[in-house]
Amino acid sequence: MSTEPMDCRDLVELVTAYLDGSLDPDTRARFDLHLLDCDGCENYLQQFRVTVNTLGKAGDDDVDPAFRSRLMEAFRDWR
Amino acid sequence: MRYGLGERGCTATLREMTCAPPDEATLIAALRARDEVAFAELVDRHTASMLSVARGYVPNAAIAEEVVQETWIALLKGIDAFEGRSSLRTWLFAVMINIAKRRGVRERRDADVAIAAFTGGTVDPARFRAAGQQWSGHWRETEEPSPFPETPEGSALGAELVTVTRRALDDLPERQRVVVTMRDMLGFDSAEVCELLDISVANQRVLLHRGRAAVRAQLEDYLGDPR
Repeated sequence: MSTEPMDCRDLVELVTAYLDGSLDPDTRARFDLHLLDCDGCENYLQQFRVTVNTLGKAGDDDVDPAFRSRLMEAFRDWR
Repeated sequence: MRYGLGERGCTATLREMTCAPPDEATLIAALRARDEVAFAELVDRHTASMLSVARGYVPNAAIAEEVVQETWIALLKGIDAFEGRSSLRTWLFAVMINIAKRRGVRERRDADVAIAAFTGGTVDPARFRAAGQQWSGHWRETEEPSPFPETPEGSALGAELVTVTRRALDDLPERQRVVVTMRDMLGFDSAEVCELLDISVANQRVLLHRGRAAVRAQLEDYLGDPR
């Protein structure tokens, strides 16, 4: 098992794997231990979570009604 | 409003239905019978997501609409032969991505670059202490990230951050943009994205991470953190 401390520079590249739960257990442990001691990385992780959360709100749920009508017309042509 | 697929509990015909939304197999059977209500229901479930993904491949919203329309027509023409081996959503997106790629005249900054060959970091290296210094590889004191504000639903700042995020997403190279759109904006899981884009789990994660990191950097700039 590697017990070498993780650098901030390395940690920032592992955040997506960490959030996905796909780090191997040793690497995950080094990540978690680093976070305990490092406000900068804890904040970086928080920024990443907010980013992902904001991306989740960035979708446009409204389809232009004129476009929807065109699709329904295409359906009637096909039928 | 989006419905989970596979919800049952309703025996009325589609037109009379007021309880649970119909499941996918029911809708496909109705569509084969040329039921317009079933088509409208499927269009309402999938079209917004399809437009978001199509937009990742083509230069403007009008072409994205053409791509999405062509996809729906392909479904109608193929509905009698549709076997339901994959979910309808997977089928629609697979067909649509092929159509979009043929139409995709969007700049392809990363088209021929091997994904894993990229070696640069996703954070400006100047923010970390240089090799040889004490605490090499750790944040410089003045460069430590600060937390982003948590914005309540409907707040003005929240809306601004969404706008910045959309712009940042639009600036991403094509494959990063498509992966981030599918995973974070539309909530697809990793396996579905890998299948649709025909990429490995590892490469999918690399693209997702780089895309998210670039959006994060834009948000940080907007919020006025030192870079």
